[in-house]
Amino acid sequence: MESIVLSYLKAFLVGGCICTLAQLLINYTKITAGKILVCFMLGGVVLQAFGIYEYLVDFAGSGATVPISGFGYLLANGAIKGAREGLLGALTGGLKSASAGITAATIFSFLNALIFKPKSKIN
Amino acid sequence: MNKKIMSNEQYLKLVSDITPKTNEKRSLLSSFLVGGFICSIGQFIRYFFMLVFKMHGDELASATSVVLIFLGILLTGLGVYDRIGKRAGGGSIVPITGFANSVASPAMEFASEGFVYGLAAKMFVVAGPIIVYGVSASAIVGLIYYFFGL
Repeated sequence: MESIVLSYLKAFLVGGCICTLAQLLINYTKITAGKILVCFMLGGVVLQAFGIYEYLVDFAGSGATVPISGFGYLLANGAIKGAREGLLGALTGGLKSASAGITAATIFSFLNALIFKPKSKIN
Repeated sequence: MNKKIMSNEQYLKLVSDITPKTNEKRSLLSSFLVGGFICSIGQFIRYFFMLVFKMHGDELASATSVVLIFLGILLTGLGVYDRIGKRAGGGSIVPITGFANSVASPAMEFASEGFVYGLAAKMFVVAGPIIVYGVSASAIVGLIYYFFGL
C-alpha cells in the first residue's frame, strides 16, 4: 500500500518537474511551445539512446512516460529493440512502438471533429 | 504645460515597469500542479492495466497513452482542455494529453474547410514536427545500434 502511494507521489513530482521545466522555457526564453515539444521529445530520444531514460521510467512510471519526452523514449526504445532483429527493424522499430499513440490521436481526433464543433474562443 | 521629455532608456524602463508581470511564479506552480496531476492520473491508469490486464513494459506505456489521448481529445471537444491550458501552460502542453489536444484542436477547427484539405491536412499542423523529428531521430538511433552493435 505504501509503495503505491509512493509511486503516485513520484509520478506527480517527476511529471510536475518536467512540465515546470517547459514553463520555465516559456517564461524566460522566446522559444515557442511547438519547438519546446519537439525539443523535449528529442531529449527523450537522446536520453534513451544512452539508456538513461528507462531509469526514470522505472523510478517514476507515468511521471516519465506521460510527458512528451516519454514519447521520445518509446520511439528510441522501439528502434533499439528493432535493431536487434535487423536493418529493417532498426528503421521501423520506432514508429512501430509509437503507433498506438499516433493511431489513437488520429482516429479519436477524426471522430471528435465529426461530433464536436469548435467553441468560440473564450477570453 | 509641464510635459516630461523622456530619453529612450527612461521610456523603456517605464514600459517594463508598467507591463503587467505575467505572474511567472504562479504559472510555474500551476504547471507543476497540473502536469503532476495528469501524470498521477496516468499512474492510476497504468496500475489499472497492470493489475487487470497484466500488461508490462512498453505495452503498458502505450495502453496508458491511448486512454490519456482519448481523455485529452474528449476534453478538447467539450472545450474544457483549452480552458485548463489558459492557466496551466506547460502543465497542459507537455503531457501526452497536450499532444492529443494539438492534434484534435486544428482538426476540429478546420473541419468546416472540408474533409481532405481541412480536417485531415490541418490535423498534424502542430504534432507533425514531433512525428517528423521523432521518427527521424529514432531511425538514426536504430541505425547506430544496428551498425555498432551497442
